[in-house]
Amino acid sequence: MRRDRTLLYLTAALVILIAIGPVLPQWALSFVSVVLYLGIVVLGMALLMRTGLVSFGQGLYYCLGAYAAGATPVLIGLVESFGRSFPQPQWMPLRLVLNAFSGALRLIQTPFGPSDLLTMVLAGALLAVAVAAVLGLLLARYRGIFFAMLSLAFSMILYGLLVRTSELGSTDGFGLSVKSFAGIALSSHWARYTIYAFSAVTAFACAIALHRYSFSYRGRLAGAIRDNELRVEYMGASVRNVIHLNYIISAALAGVGGALMAATIGHVDPETTANWTTSGDFVFITILSGTGSVLAPFLGAGIFEAVRTFALQYVPNTWQMTLGITMLLVIMFLPDGLWSVFVRQRRSA
Amino acid sequence: MFVIAVGLTLIYGVMKILNVAHGSMYALGAYAASTFAGYWLSHGYAPYASYAALVAAALLVGLVAGPIIERGLLRFMYGRDEVVLVLITYAVFLILEDVTKLVFGVDPILVAEPYGMLGNFRIGELVYPVYSLVLVAVSVLAGVALALALNHTRQGKILRAVIHDREMSMALGINVSRVYFVTFTIGAMLAALGGALTAPTTSVQLGIGAEVIVLAFAIVVIGGLGSLSGAALGALIVGLVRSAAVHYRPEVELFSVYMVMAVVLIVRPKGLFAAPEARKI
Amino acid sequence: MTPVLEARDLNKSFGAVTAAAQINVQIERDSVVGLIGSNGAGKTTFINLVTGYLTPTSGQVLYLGREITGLNPRRITQLGICRSFQIPQLFNSLTVSENLAVGAGIAARSARREASERGQTAQVEQLIERFSLRGYAGQLAGQLPEGVRKLLDIAMAVAGRPKVLLLDEPTSGVSAEEKFRLMDMVMGALTAEGVTVLFVEHDMEIVGRYTHRVLAFYEGRIIADGDPATVLNDGEVRRYVIGMQNHPAHTESTGAAH
Repeated sequence: MRRDRTLLYLTAALVILIAIGPVLPQWALSFVSVVLYLGIVVLGMALLMRTGLVSFGQGLYYCLGAYAAGATPVLIGLVESFGRSFPQPQWMPLRLVLNAFSGALRLIQTPFGPSDLLTMVLAGALLAVAVAAVLGLLLARYRGIFFAMLSLAFSMILYGLLVRTSELGSTDGFGLSVKSFAGIALSSHWARYTIYAFSAVTAFACAIALHRYSFSYRGRLAGAIRDNELRVEYMGASVRNVIHLNYIISAALAGVGGALMAATIGHVDPETTANWTTSGDFVFITILSGTGSVLAPFLGAGIFEAVRTFALQYVPNTWQMTLGITMLLVIMFLPDGLWSVFVRQRRSA
Repeated sequence: MFVIAVGLTLIYGVMKILNVAHGSMYALGAYAASTFAGYWLSHGYAPYASYAALVAAALLVGLVAGPIIERGLLRFMYGRDEVVLVLITYAVFLILEDVTKLVFGVDPILVAEPYGMLGNFRIGELVYPVYSLVLVAVSVLAGVALALALNHTRQGKILRAVIHDREMSMALGINVSRVYFVTFTIGAMLAALGGALTAPTTSVQLGIGAEVIVLAFAIVVIGGLGSLSGAALGALIVGLVRSAAVHYRPEVELFSVYMVMAVVLIVRPKGLFAAPEARKI
Repeated sequence: MTPVLEARDLNKSFGAVTAAAQINVQIERDSVVGLIGSNGAGKTTFINLVTGYLTPTSGQVLYLGREITGLNPRRITQLGICRSFQIPQLFNSLTVSENLAVGAGIAARSARREASERGQTAQVEQLIERFSLRGYAGQLAGQLPEGVRKLLDIAMAVAGRPKVLLLDEPTSGVSAEEKFRLMDMVMGALTAEGVTVLFVEHDMEIVGRYTHRVLAFYEGRIIADGDPATVLNDGEVRRYVIGMQNHPAHTESTGAAH
């Protein structure tokens, strides 16, 4: 049964990763960590793709997650001052919402402090979900290239906003470091391993959750919507609600990925997160992986990162070209993504 | 910008491809034109003829690169999904970025003579370079020429037929494949021309392709994909927004363009001049 | 007795084109009504107006006495009106069983019925049997032959357990021998449940055999309304509808060419 095997592979992968972690060389730990958080983001994008939508703006949530992870106190400050700039009574609903949000952020940050890995990831996810809940209301009305462009627009707007926000470092961004996990203080050596291990566990949890979801009622609706939205509406289901929900899920995943990235790399800036080239990379990895299985995004991310690292190291002057050529080759010869190498995809005539 | 946007919208309208590599055409055009014009000027040829040099270089780039990309690659991919095609052009863009680097080197090129040569003129207190006027004039000319060509020549009508309904055009015997080829090449030439003409006003360096494509996308989407008048209006709007931004708050330049695009899409989900949709059931 | 479906002064125009003009009709519960008319006469427009795909320029649509004008297709389907399509609207990358499962699942949810997995599976099996889709159950919808696609399209509409079923050219694209089998199958699946059926049809034999009542459309208006024998022999109807087709054997090809 295909379903059981996925669970098996995921568990095996998790166990192996955690076990060999302590003996892996530095570069390997980094590499796997990168693949893990990229894979998590792509898991979300694959969900959207199965619903028939390609987002060229996942960088938005990736960025939000990263910044939230690194700057929770600053974020809380920003949200609260934004709320204070609308003192008039008619803005009360907005202030309530903002206060609830900053309150939630404070709550997350209180037990372990802002430099705690757990806090970071939760804050990233929360911020992403909050923004996606709002933006999704609008975006769920668009399809195809317009959805792609509008999502891109929002991502670039965030980019623009960050570049002129000096509290967050403008174009330079800022650095951060993980000092503890769930309250347990970490030395810098153990921090690296903990980030790695936690990334693996999170990736595992996300993959399992998404796998289960794809067999649920709403999960199967996603494929139906992609095939024939009109029919879905004509049978009585709300396409927009499902799309909105899936959008929020994918945003949450991107936010988690961004937070993990911030923790792993130790630095965030607008260029590597909110800019369209980052979103473009995500789209590419998603197409590379295909939507066949929850394992595929990690495979795709692995290959992408491998090619990129290889190209940067050996052909630094032409790494973009190498990446481009690889993209073309994959698109030309593996139209269903890498996963089709393992499993024959079901395709309609 | 208009010239570039027109090329992009033309390619989208006919082939339904949002061509990311358009930015590369722009960059190549800029580099080639600057190099060629610089060469021309440094050898002491007639300075005013350098304009011709710019234009010639650009058209040449378009004529060479366009067909190579279309015939050599895109032609095999037309059946694929819209988004996949965009990714393909993105891959081409990446490749061309490095090709540009290899061919022209990493140093910026500045050939400002064509720009400075014409001097400035005054409107009241504001000083404008004459070259900007020339750019505007060329854009308008190109727009008018294109509009005329599309509406009054036989080739133009064929193009519009294909924009409207590809399958029907094929059924009517139109050689869609050749139309695609011609369209893409014209689009490439337009982009290169845009690059060539803008080159003297700024230093040509790495990354201008990426900068420009982002703006061009915004323009084309604002105008409604596939509509030429939309592209014109879009370019105008974006130009105004950018100037206003640069004047009042320079750091929000790019951001404001995307704000405008978001607003337009919210108010008019398919852009300003989108074609009405036919009944599906 | 409240008519199950009613149209009052229904009008729809697209600029200068009038697709529906002053449609006034009341449909009784449990009746089987045929909609006839040449291409472009307004039959599909009528269905689109009733099911909410189009909003009328003026006029009202009532369902069980309640006004449903202007509601979207989703709401209208949830209320109990389902339809099939001229061009089958299926989920091409899902199998036949999965198509029906999605349909049954949505229908159960939207009717807020306590439909368990088992209940839904049973319904899917029932539909597969009723529409003779057993042999195709595991095939992808996108790879089915045209006639089977039509069947599946109709089966999905039936999966919604509607009170009113609108079929848009159920037998178009189906070969002459198959037409009657298909209609027998569909009617058999329905009349057991007490469903009001309206269907668009070009084949007058089918219309004559299966309907209690016929509405003839021409240029957006209803030009005849009554039992099959009367309507099919009406002078205007003969000229504007049947007269377009020279003799019965011709109806299949014009129907399929729609």
